[in-house]
Amino acid sequence: MRVVLDHVTKRFADVTAVSEFSATLEDGELVSLLGPSGCGKSTLLNMLSGILPVSGGRIYFDDQDVTGMPPEKRGIGLVFQNYALYPHMTVMGNICFPLETQRVPKAERIERANEIARLVHVDMLMNRKPSELSGGQQQRVAIARALVKNPRLLLLDEPLSNLDARLRLEMREEIRRIQQRTGVTTIFVTHDQEEALSISDRIVLMKAGVLQQNDLPQSLYNEPANQFVADFLGNPPINNLPGTVEDGAFVAADGKARCALPMLAGVENGRNVNLSVRSESFVLDENGPMACEVTRVYQMGKEEMAYLTFGGTDFRAYIDSEEGLRKGDAVRLSLKRRGVFLFDRETGERIR
Amino acid sequence: MKRRISRFCMYFFLTLGAVIMLFPFFWMFSSAFKTTQEINKFPPQWLPGHLSLDNFRRAFAMAPFAKYFFNSVFVMVCSVGLTTFTTILAAFAFSRLRFPGRKLIFSLLLSLMMIPFEMLIITNYSTIVDLGLWDTLIALILPFTSSIFYTYILKGFFDSVSDSLYWSARIDGSSNWRYLWKVMVPMARPSLTTIILLNALASWNSFMWPMYVISSDKNRTLPWGLQVFTTEAGSYPELLMAASTVVVLPVIILFLFARKYIVRGVARGGLKG
Repeated sequence: MRVVLDHVTKRFADVTAVSEFSATLEDGELVSLLGPSGCGKSTLLNMLSGILPVSGGRIYFDDQDVTGMPPEKRGIGLVFQNYALYPHMTVMGNICFPLETQRVPKAERIERANEIARLVHVDMLMNRKPSELSGGQQQRVAIARALVKNPRLLLLDEPLSNLDARLRLEMREEIRRIQQRTGVTTIFVTHDQEEALSISDRIVLMKAGVLQQNDLPQSLYNEPANQFVADFLGNPPINNLPGTVEDGAFVAADGKARCALPMLAGVENGRNVNLSVRSESFVLDENGPMACEVTRVYQMGKEEMAYLTFGGTDFRAYIDSEEGLRKGDAVRLSLKRRGVFLFDRETGERIR
Repeated sequence: MKRRISRFCMYFFLTLGAVIMLFPFFWMFSSAFKTTQEINKFPPQWLPGHLSLDNFRRAFAMAPFAKYFFNSVFVMVCSVGLTTFTTILAAFAFSRLRFPGRKLIFSLLLSLMMIPFEMLIITNYSTIVDLGLWDTLIALILPFTSSIFYTYILKGFFDSVSDSLYWSARIDGSSNWRYLWKVMVPMARPSLTTIILLNALASWNSFMWPMYVISSDKNRTLPWGLQVFTTEAGSYPELLMAASTVVVLPVIILFLFARKYIVRGVARGGLKG
């Protein structure tokens, strides 16, 4: 099912949690809603499920306007962060519950519950209570309960955040597998960039209730729309070198260190910018435009992570060097084409 | 060594306390089976000479204890049933539903708990008389069909249940009504058991109110009937003891079976989550 959000806004008393949010999610996609905590992604999810009414804008499922529709009529499945399993019911009872409200006959209920339980691998646990299950198993049951009524849209609210690291990795793959088997349009809320990058077809990145970028995972990383997107994605975080533009050259904050870069050609003089470079986008090059000094070097197995300084600003770079750098070395670097961006320091806008 | 002494002291005082508490009950049970001669003996005779239900037979012949017993059970079942029902609905409304004045109304209700029962007796009495219900069993049930205190306890439990459970159920197509009975009530079973037991005990032991609104013999409950019987059978302490045993025994049996739930429920009530 296609989901269209048209200028959706949510205001609480004096705070705007989601502001003029517009996006289209295609049928069968797994889309991550990504952003730091408090950015409004859960609020957005609750508006999609109908738990929260919108303050403005419309929501469409395919061509149907569902903006004012109560949650039970929307045909969605929802998995909460804490799973929200009914503690007094068995796994079977939990999975059957949505079908009971739909008045599905008992024999069919049990058949459908067993079928979905096999898909999420909890079919041997049908007679257990939630308290007798591990976190990962509870998670699977919650997904089974959300899927058993064949929802048009599956919503997952930080489903992995209560699991330990190893299980998180495993469940991430599982969610992807189950989503692809069922083909249900899925929205996955997370604050973990790695999670979002690894399983989504598309990522919607939010900040303070405002859509920042809605793109493919690799595009988000390789072509960030603004400073926030560049800062949010990537580990180690992107290096930001503050400075100004003068005659096609970048002048560092200290006013002395400068380097000529072809990407600065069309940029007006005197503009305050951040030269943002991913750590893997530096190359050791005798004729490179950047003269830097090495302050520290870490051995990280197959590569070295060097801390360098350029015009008074420290940054990190992966350096592939035969002879090995040492503290105090003066080196010259050039920049790769990939992973190098220029942002306006006041607005955060990308300068292309 | 120090630990041993403190353990000894602990058990000594616990035993002493238990003996002091249990002795009246022991005396009641044993006297219920004694003959008139045995009960008046001095020094006192601890155990009856032989077990005979004769005293029970005579007591039941002197006053309609079976009728009293039925009245007590009837009043208890009705009042506990209704109270539990209204308590569940009120607790859910105050915990989950959003309506204007919700907090204010609940605070007002809570403040009603400050009014002592003895004061309510006066207004309740005139209400019952005005309704023409004086000397009926309904008079014993009607004023006890809701409880602010139990509502407060149950609301506390309902509040501790995560919102996500509610929204899960709603998204799965449950109405508030279905959610309440299918999810909340089964989950609240320990709290509800406590509430029902405490309420049943209170109803069973209720004495003052029946004394005011019941006059005819056929509408008396056990405690009030026993009181009347005391004046009639004052010269037969063994019959009095037999009648008292009939009144107390169900409560003791109930308590023995439900001890676990009462203690658990009260202990849990103070804690959150």
